[in-house]
Amino acid sequence: MTNKRFLLISALAAVLAVMLLGQSTFHAGAQAATAAATDAPTSSMVFTPVATMPLVNGAPQELHVYNYTTYIADDTITNFEKLYNVKVTYDTFAASPEMLAKIQAGNPGYDVIVPPDYDIPLLAKAGLLLPLDMSKLPNFTQYANKSFKNPIYDPNNKYSVAYQWGTIGVGYNPTKVGHDITSWADVFDPKLKGRVGILDSVRESIAIVLNYLGKDPNSTNKADLDAVKDFFIAHKDVIARFHAADGQYSVAKGELDVITDWNGDFNQVMGDPANAKAGLKFVLPKEGTVRWIDNLAIPKGAPNADLALKFINYLYDPQVAADISNFIGYATPNQGAIDQGLISKEDLANPALYAPDSVKQFVLIDLGDAQSLYDKEWADIKAAVSQ
Amino acid sequence: MAQVALPPRPLPTLGLDPARLRGDMAIRRTGKVLLSITPWVGYLFLWIPIIVLVVFSFNQSRTNAVWQGFTLDWYKLLLSGQFGTERRLSTEFLLLALKNSLIVAFCATIISTMLGTMIAIGMERYKFRGRRLIDLLLYLPVVIPEVTMGLSLVLFFSLGFRTINNLTGTNLALSLVTIIIGHVVFCMPFVAIVVRSRLSGMSTSLEEAARDLGADEWHTFTRVTLPLLMPAILAGAMLALTLSLDDFVVTQLVAGVGSTTLPVFVYSMIKFGVNPSINAVSTIVVFISMSLVLFSLVLQRNRG
Amino acid sequence: MAATPTPIAYNIRRQRLQVRLLVWPAAIWLILFFILPLIIVFLYSFLTSSALYQAAAPFTLENYQRLFGPTYTTIMLRSVGTAIVATLLCVIVGYPMAFFIATRPKATRNLFLLLVIVPFWTNFLVRTYSIAFLLGDTGLINTILVDYLHILSEPIHMMYTSFSVYVGLIYGYLPFMVLPIYTAIERFNFRLVEAAHDLGANDLRAFVRVMLPVTFPGVLAGCILVFIPALGAYITPDLLGGAKFLMVGNQIAGAVLGTSTDKPFGSALSIGMMVIVVVALLVYYRFGDRGAGIV
Repeated sequence: MTNKRFLLISALAAVLAVMLLGQSTFHAGAQAATAAATDAPTSSMVFTPVATMPLVNGAPQELHVYNYTTYIADDTITNFEKLYNVKVTYDTFAASPEMLAKIQAGNPGYDVIVPPDYDIPLLAKAGLLLPLDMSKLPNFTQYANKSFKNPIYDPNNKYSVAYQWGTIGVGYNPTKVGHDITSWADVFDPKLKGRVGILDSVRESIAIVLNYLGKDPNSTNKADLDAVKDFFIAHKDVIARFHAADGQYSVAKGELDVITDWNGDFNQVMGDPANAKAGLKFVLPKEGTVRWIDNLAIPKGAPNADLALKFINYLYDPQVAADISNFIGYATPNQGAIDQGLISKEDLANPALYAPDSVKQFVLIDLGDAQSLYDKEWADIKAAVSQ
Repeated sequence: MAQVALPPRPLPTLGLDPARLRGDMAIRRTGKVLLSITPWVGYLFLWIPIIVLVVFSFNQSRTNAVWQGFTLDWYKLLLSGQFGTERRLSTEFLLLALKNSLIVAFCATIISTMLGTMIAIGMERYKFRGRRLIDLLLYLPVVIPEVTMGLSLVLFFSLGFRTINNLTGTNLALSLVTIIIGHVVFCMPFVAIVVRSRLSGMSTSLEEAARDLGADEWHTFTRVTLPLLMPAILAGAMLALTLSLDDFVVTQLVAGVGSTTLPVFVYSMIKFGVNPSINAVSTIVVFISMSLVLFSLVLQRNRG
Repeated sequence: MAATPTPIAYNIRRQRLQVRLLVWPAAIWLILFFILPLIIVFLYSFLTSSALYQAAAPFTLENYQRLFGPTYTTIMLRSVGTAIVATLLCVIVGYPMAFFIATRPKATRNLFLLLVIVPFWTNFLVRTYSIAFLLGDTGLINTILVDYLHILSEPIHMMYTSFSVYVGLIYGYLPFMVLPIYTAIERFNFRLVEAAHDLGANDLRAFVRVMLPVTFPGVLAGCILVFIPALGAYITPDLLGGAKFLMVGNQIAGAVLGTSTDKPFGSALSIGMMVIVVVALLVYYRFGDRGAGIV
């Protein structure tokens, strides 16, 4: 049959075209490095990508990094690329649930991710992280501050090393608010109707309210969580919106007057000379706040784990670490950078940044299966506030 | 004034209530006023936002809305290498997004045009069992909201990849291919609609004539049917191309690492941070869309 | 090349084969990549979610219980209500526009049609952003009112409100309404209106009793084409609505992206939304003339 033949041929041609294009775009990594992913746990719902394309001789190696937005200096990546003659793909996410959602479905091809402290045990237990080879991270061993070595959430730094640390606080425009903010209650002041932005980060925002209500910030008690939900609903008129990575721009633009935010993000906006006139302020309220640590980790199935280790080690070079922290306005765990005087003096003196022990801080711990309780509660809170 | 559909009302002779006449004339006048204003309001509404966007992409001011002079800076900035502090706001990444969009659109258009044309011919020219069901199946993607389609594809792919991995050990991930697959799902019905409507309007007399003159089926198809159908096939292809290039929702949900397309890139610019080049990028996208429309119109005009 | 005469059975088999070859590829594609995924969504809606946004085995109805709780019922109702209002507003603006275009002389008609179609083809995302640019606190409208005309001292907050969402929805979907109505009006025989006038009706009666019913299938088609995307709207409420205007579309997209909820619950939301879509389609098929519709 001639028309049957024609159809079959064109169909085959189309399929071939797609397959050929697919070979270069099926992103299972272009390196032959990760044969280590042989022990795919069959019982879990995770699979491990393995390189399907051998390294083409001469082509630069590739690194895929997945980090928070506004969380690196503008030249760090380019410098790393030049230094090691590699190519870096740098993707960003606004809040850690986004990163988790992508990773838990199976590593789509990242070499380096930046999970917060409380997620490390969760990811490790699910078998989603590769153990770190400490011998390849001499900079960490040499320069990291003692308190970040062997942390509670990751004994002996088996899976992660600290990247930045900080707190959550309140960023606001004192002229618009009219007075200084000292307490979390000020954030929910009814006079601020429709002018407040709440940080859209499930653990931190719930923990802050738990702590404010006098409860355990890591509580897994449904009654406690419902109390948090009721609190948000009671104050919903004050809340204009939830923000994950851009609330600080809204305050600078005058769209919002008060936000709860990552200290460094707001610091970036405060440091922008265009905003000097506004006199924005950032404060850690007296009832206490979260002290978080973001970490560098290598997800299982990373196409280029070796390069990932080189990258992590590079980030721990004191000059590099200082450049990053100075640029993004966060606190560094790199004692070497501090000792060598590379960190900006204002940042070091800023109590909102390098929070002294006089400010009550608490850490968030891994909740295990109860995490889904938080996720559901937060989704319901956001939905309820929108009414 | 152009032809108006409402003929002048004949003046009544006797027995008609003058008050009612006045009322009716008032209704006519109101109707005329509304009918003459609303369309213009509608057109202004449709065009002003786009025009404003384009115009202000040439605005000197960084804060966007106060006009401070004409400049091409924001366009130059786009090509300069890095136009924002975020690493993804780089020329390289923008061009990558553009390239991905083109690859996806090209493949999706080819596949959906072929599949859509084939099924259109099958549906229109033949009777068979289950035709009604296929009819429903074909047009369902048009009416399903995109978010649901995106969610369903993500679940399908992650389940599929897991299965393939368990069976064969090969590992797949979301990529441009998954985007292409998703695009074909909603582009193909549109191609089918266009081709079918042309086919149903096309009488079979020419094909029958060719048959009478001794041509076999294959020759009839290639020498008579296909050329007659070509305008519709091309129109369908242009439709598919535009739909694919512009798609955001399904693409965003189904994209993997390194498979950002242009609309997804634009979205990230809009959502995160202030960047004066947003309007410039948007204008470029508008320009691409409009060129496609005009191009397809020219095509249709030439082929009659 | 003369065709050799063939027995009838052979012809029929050939025909069947041809049909299969033509229809199956597309049908298989749709079944595999459209129907099957939707079935998966349906099944997923009965799973629970565990930590890390994974779905776990125990089949449960808790997602639907959560769906019918007060929080999400409100969101559903709001989505439906918003979609209905947006559809009605589109009809109010769209019908006169379609009437206008259909009553232009043939020469200019295409131009006016083009002026509707071109924005329709422009990228939806960019068009939505252009509304944000107009309505923002530092956007064009406020800049004109505050900085140029000095009518106001403070900008009007138009963004992140229900107003901005409605504007965005109408802006996005108005062409979907205009085109089907235009098709219907173009086919409308205006002599019917003449006849109505002769029978003593004024313009309003002629419109309501004659023109509207006859062009109604076009209106209905336009309504369906606006209602369904508006119901599942994601971009518009996301860019223009902010957190205060959550619609179902945001929640479902957030289930995949990790910004709102877990996938099983997102699946339940999807099924809920699809039920409403199916109801709307049934209404359409019940009241619409299948011959005059687009589908």
